[in-house]
Amino acid sequence: MIEIADVSLVDWSRAQFALTAMYHWIFVPLTLGITIIIAFMETLYVKTGKEEWKKITKFWMTLFGINFAIGVATGIILEFEFGTNWSNYSWFVGDIFGAPLAIEGILAFFMESTFIAIMFFGWNKVSKKTHLLATWLTAIGANLSALWILVANGWMQKPVGMTFNPETARNEMNNFWEVLFSQTAVDKWLHATSSGFVLAAVFVIGISAWYLLKKREVLLAKKSILVAAVFGLISSVYLIMTGDNSTRTIANDQPMKFAALEGLYNGSEGAGLVAVGLFSTSETDPNNENLKDFSMKLEIPNFLSYMAFLDWNAFVPGIHDLIDGNEKYGYMPASEKIERGRVAIQKLGEFKEAKKAGNTQLANTLKTELTSESFQNNYFKYFGYGYFENPQDLVPNVPLTFYSFHTMVGLGFFFVLLFVLSIIYIVKGTFDKKRWFMRLAVISIPLAYVASQSGWIVAELGRQPWVVQDLMPTMAAVTRISAGSVQTTFWLFAVLFTVLLIAELKIMFRQIKIGPKH
Amino acid sequence: MFENLSHLALQHYWWVLVSILAALFVFLTFVQGGQTLLYSVGKTEGEKTIILNTLGRKWEFTFTTLVTFGGAFFASFPLFYSTSFGGAYWVWLAILAAFVIQAVAYEYRKKPANFLGAKTFEIFLVLNGLLGTILIGTAVGTFFNGAMFSLNDMNQVDWQTPYRGLEAVLTFHNVALGLAVFFLARVLGALYFIFTVEHETIVARSKKQLLYNTIPFLVFFLYFLIWLLLKEGFAVNPESGEVFMEKYKYLHNVLQMPLNSVILLVGIAGVLWGIISTLFMNSGKGFWFAGTGTVFTVFALFLLAGFNNTAFYPSVYDLQSSLTIQNASSSKFTLTAMSYVSLMIPFVLAYIVYFWRVMNRKKITEEEMQEESHVY
Repeated sequence: MIEIADVSLVDWSRAQFALTAMYHWIFVPLTLGITIIIAFMETLYVKTGKEEWKKITKFWMTLFGINFAIGVATGIILEFEFGTNWSNYSWFVGDIFGAPLAIEGILAFFMESTFIAIMFFGWNKVSKKTHLLATWLTAIGANLSALWILVANGWMQKPVGMTFNPETARNEMNNFWEVLFSQTAVDKWLHATSSGFVLAAVFVIGISAWYLLKKREVLLAKKSILVAAVFGLISSVYLIMTGDNSTRTIANDQPMKFAALEGLYNGSEGAGLVAVGLFSTSETDPNNENLKDFSMKLEIPNFLSYMAFLDWNAFVPGIHDLIDGNEKYGYMPASEKIERGRVAIQKLGEFKEAKKAGNTQLANTLKTELTSESFQNNYFKYFGYGYFENPQDLVPNVPLTFYSFHTMVGLGFFFVLLFVLSIIYIVKGTFDKKRWFMRLAVISIPLAYVASQSGWIVAELGRQPWVVQDLMPTMAAVTRISAGSVQTTFWLFAVLFTVLLIAELKIMFRQIKIGPKH
Repeated sequence: MFENLSHLALQHYWWVLVSILAALFVFLTFVQGGQTLLYSVGKTEGEKTIILNTLGRKWEFTFTTLVTFGGAFFASFPLFYSTSFGGAYWVWLAILAAFVIQAVAYEYRKKPANFLGAKTFEIFLVLNGLLGTILIGTAVGTFFNGAMFSLNDMNQVDWQTPYRGLEAVLTFHNVALGLAVFFLARVLGALYFIFTVEHETIVARSKKQLLYNTIPFLVFFLYFLIWLLLKEGFAVNPESGEVFMEKYKYLHNVLQMPLNSVILLVGIAGVLWGIISTLFMNSGKGFWFAGTGTVFTVFALFLLAGFNNTAFYPSVYDLQSSLTIQNASSSKFTLTAMSYVSLMIPFVLAYIVYFWRVMNRKKITEEEMQEESHVY
């Protein structure tokens, strides 16, 4: 049977994956958004024929190139780490999860790499229009690659379109479209890409504001701000809408994550939304260090119920309802799920034993039972729970999820304001007279990165302890290797990525200082 | 249309696709080979700039092909993905590290304030060329010589040495393939310079390098090939799925798959003709002959490894844990769905070829390096 790996191996494997993913996500969102902004700028160049737009396009393209290189570097590790560090996972779900990764390569990466070469080196080799097409296709390619990896991630959050095959001991796909168009996957893609658009818009406005503060490149800065602010405003409104959709999907499919991101311990009807909250440092439950009380909170009554179920009085389950169960509202206690999961695991083991012993008759009987609808719905559905001893282990890190979620949402609304003011000031011609606002725009750049990273912390930490929701716990997904090996590669990559990040930042800052080529 | 194919036929179809990707990847390692020639072909800063810009416009194709190869293998033969990547941990992470440093090197080398200095990024490129080719070649060698793993009844991998795959270097036959790939990449790199660069000194030096690298390439490749045909191989009983050792298995594969053997021979002839026509007949098109030849050769070698009831990723520790295209594959449903996706591949190849030609219409010159706004 699947053996549970030791804690330190699981932790180091998670640390390595988090390290790679978070480094990768420093560079990806900018790529997603800035390629579109550049494509808009080049479209203006081709439409108007004005050289200034070409200069502006080329300047942002230089910064994009610096960012893109390191994004690619960190991306390759991420793809292969599913195999190197999560090989049990790779087999268990490879029949479904591999497909989007392959499609990503075939359809998106080649598009990106073919047209990016034309974008950078084709100015004198292809016609203006072909060049513009290449720029747009680079942007589309980048965003398409995000689609496929997010489809894969969405499937882990809400596994759909598959059945478990006892023969191969893995999940197998039975509906490709369900995997592709799952609400979770679509929400994820729209939300993640629009967050990239917003980040890129903040990046362009911030750097332009810096030029205005220095009274340099005034024309480039003002034109860039206008394009970026309009794009940013549309994207940020869209970002909030997709975020709102995602919240509802989470409330339905991952109630524990939902409770964690809102710090909701005791469910209630007409639950209030904690807009701002601070956890006390002491634990409320000696068995679970993740459970803490608020020492201060600002609550909007009934709002959480509405956000989750579009009903001001709906019942929203809290962590305690999900762990201890709540008969009134139909929530099964976690201990019961664990029991049922164990039955499923045991049955699978018996089937494997019968197969090994060559007892075909018994194996066939067990297989029929395992694949029957009632067993699937009553037992197999809880397969992953069978690996847990203590129901408390089903609770993610509540404070971290809560703070990350609130940071992300708060900053998201702040960016809307930033874009609105940017548009007003730039249209009125007062942008370069408001030093406070220009400074604020510059400071907003790191804030956009904080918001973006927080989003992934919510998505990935909030769903712990699951790697595939309800089916595979993280501890069962890991490659069987010594924790020391993973520790070594963790530090090797930590040093390598950090050195490369420093190089990237130094080069980026210098290029901004140099400014566009005159 | 694909629904009507049997699971076995789909498994064969996907092995063909994976083999094509592998073959294209080895061809595209001309970028890696070219990088290792940086200092022997480029002596001045101007020459180095030409060399790195020539390669720098193509490096992403090699990189993307590697990533797609990984993705396609994952989708079609997930048990290989989980067994080899999770098992031969150190080998794969070393390969990946070699590609991480490549991805930034072109863009950052000449940029002001690059923190590590131009020289460091050049060394990154040389290391990528050296390690990337040798390690991948050696890892593929284990397709024919086996690796040290076992799978339990849940198909989880247990690697039987603490070196996690690095022990492959102890088998000389693996290393011979690694070195053959390395020298082939250098041959292709030199041919690419001759084909695309308009610079007398660079072309002259590339020709010299072509000759120097052809000799070790032939030695290692022929050693690999002849030994392969003489050695025992990992055969599968198609009825029971049992894996057993068969004398002259790969020779049998050559004899029993005549069309594949023709592809192999045409491939080898193509590589040789590409080299000979460049060295002795002053042809500028040798790159295409050698490149196409490489694709044919690698493709045929992959079919030798996986077709005709052969275990493509054998375990020498536990023969019955060996992977075959049947036991390692995705379900029929997934292979069918992915086969529809594969219909896009000709379209993708077509636009790559079209734009490759557009971008390579004119040879790269010193003047272009001065006029170009984006120079590596």
